Amino acid sequence: MYAYDEIDRTLINERVSEFRDQVKRRLAGELTEDEFKMLRLMNGVYLQLHAYMFRVAIPYGTLSSPQLRKMAHVARRYDRGYGHFTTRQNIQFNWIKLADLPDALEDLASVGIHAMQTSGNCTRNVTTDQWAGVAPGEVEDPRIWAELLRQYSTMHPEFSFLPRKFKIAITASAYDRAAIKVHDIGLRIHKNEAGETGFEVLVGGGLGRTPFIGRVIKPFVHGRDILSYVESILRVYNQYGRRDNIYKARIKILVHELGIEKFAAEVEDEWLATRDSALTLDSEVVEDIRSRFSYPHYQKLSDTPDELTAASADPHFARWLKNSVAPHQRTGYAIVTLSLKPVGGPPGDATADQMDAVADLADKYSFGEIRVGHEQNLALPSVARRDLPALWRQLDKLGLATPNVNLVTDIIACPGLDYCSLANTRSIPIAQELTRRFANNDLAELIGRLHINISGCINACGHHHVGHIGILGVEKNGEEFFQITIGGRADEHAVVGTLIGPAVPFAEVADVIEDIVEAYLALRARPDELFVQTVERLGVEPFKERVYATR
Amino acid sequence: MTSPLQQKIKITGPSVVTANRTWDGVVIYRDAHNGWTTDLAQAAIVRTADDARALLAESTADDVGAIGPYIAPVAVNDNGTVEPGNLREQIRRKGVTIDLPASA
Repeated sequence: MYAYDEIDRTLINERVSEFRDQVKRRLAGELTEDEFKMLRLMNGVYLQLHAYMFRVAIPYGTLSSPQLRKMAHVARRYDRGYGHFTTRQNIQFNWIKLADLPDALEDLASVGIHAMQTSGNCTRNVTTDQWAGVAPGEVEDPRIWAELLRQYSTMHPEFSFLPRKFKIAITASAYDRAAIKVHDIGLRIHKNEAGETGFEVLVGGGLGRTPFIGRVIKPFVHGRDILSYVESILRVYNQYGRRDNIYKARIKILVHELGIEKFAAEVEDEWLATRDSALTLDSEVVEDIRSRFSYPHYQKLSDTPDELTAASADPHFARWLKNSVAPHQRTGYAIVTLSLKPVGGPPGDATADQMDAVADLADKYSFGEIRVGHEQNLALPSVARRDLPALWRQLDKLGLATPNVNLVTDIIACPGLDYCSLANTRSIPIAQELTRRFANNDLAELIGRLHINISGCINACGHHHVGHIGILGVEKNGEEFFQITIGGRADEHAVVGTLIGPAVPFAEVADVIEDIVEAYLALRARPDELFVQTVERLGVEPFKERVYATR
Repeated sequence: MTSPLQQKIKITGPSVVTANRTWDGVVIYRDAHNGWTTDLAQAAIVRTADDARALLAESTADDVGAIGPYIAPVAVNDNGTVEPGNLREQIRRKGVTIDLPASA
């Protein structure tokens, strides 16, 4: 966990007071909506179909148990008793009143949580691997650098009015859980040939109506130079990014139109002029940030305790253990993913009672720490393996032990037309129906790793482009239709999926997905060939034929 | 950006002006008495582009009470009841089409 210093606490509290005054002036008619809109957006407040939506940042996906309890409190006191975890390590409350927002912000500020820059044309919440600091094989904890970038980019005067929003993600593992290749800047921490730790920098990734996979702009940037290099990218983008057309304003369009070589040359020129400036990071600065992260006091424990061996005789526990529990850096400990994808439930939602209970379980079993992943699940990062049976029993009672992590029902979905003012179609009912169709755990295991991502419009908040199966809602003559893509992926081999054919109506989506999955099971070369590997090997034609032959 | 009042208004049937209430975001409809109502049945219904433009102008002038007024289609049934004219407006009126998460 990172402990905020006095400067951080003052900043957050002053921001609450400032926003309280802005809300008061808006409600008194002293600010027009045009004047107020940018101010509320910079505090994470959107207007959705039925109400305001309040988006709160969870920096680098790490929460303490008091912070999660405070989110439960906000859900219960100011909203309708639940929250929605998003694909960018935020939580959203869907029913909050403008008049209540300053109080909600003040309550969150008491535990160091805020909503700054969760919207607006600025650098958004810097995200990272939800297993940061505990993943085996990790080069180093990427949250140190995420925190440095958070401090650097918060209320940065030069970059508060960029051409468009700007998203940065960091990973330090070989397997990319942070989807860095679909971010404006993706940072991969690695070691160079000399054994020095630094960053591979990718730029121009993104989804939305024009998806691009990020390109490597610099294979290695030393840690001391990372802020100046990121600033150079931001400066080039701020200068040349389009402001005349919202659909062409993201950095991905600039990189695409200039070409990566010319864009990189512009960045290099800027960087050479500024790299040895005040942004050069002394090792003391980095170490100061590092020292403000506290780590658990691990015990020496066995990886195969008797409790675990005995409990594994229960097939339900054994299934969950195999699916939702991952190895940890430390012997005797494990990383536990808590599925927020129950059969028939809205993906990523958690009730206030569930949040409180998870906070209690984190205190009891995981050093008071909770993680949030971009796949819209939670994780307890450091659970002693001897405690896994006891933890599972309690998670099961809470509905948080569905053994479907990374399987066909672990669906990413945006809020869709049930909530969102931008959406063309609903997303959640499609996800719910699919979880019912594939509710059989044996079938889900037989299918293996398969990510279905659903977006209710072309803005792609549900990351449909990079779903193994992507579902995109479009409106046709007032009716909900859905385009299906296959073969996308968001990991270190990120690729945009391929459209298989004409859009299908709402009522047929689940049937189509079943057809695609049945085709895969018949076509795969061997049981461990993943869905995306089969698509890569055979292309989309066999799937297209299966779906459209009888439609 | 073009003001909504400067945009060409084209309606194809009965319509209302709808917005969100400023202090809590609730869905509201412009009524026939220069005010707002949460009840679609009480909304002012317009059938011509000129009437729609006038109702929208009146609604937009109330920047304190409402956010983002716009013209939305409705269907008027034979018995005089009014229904939203599309799925988006149905959801805005009746709420989400799913069960909200609830604590056990």
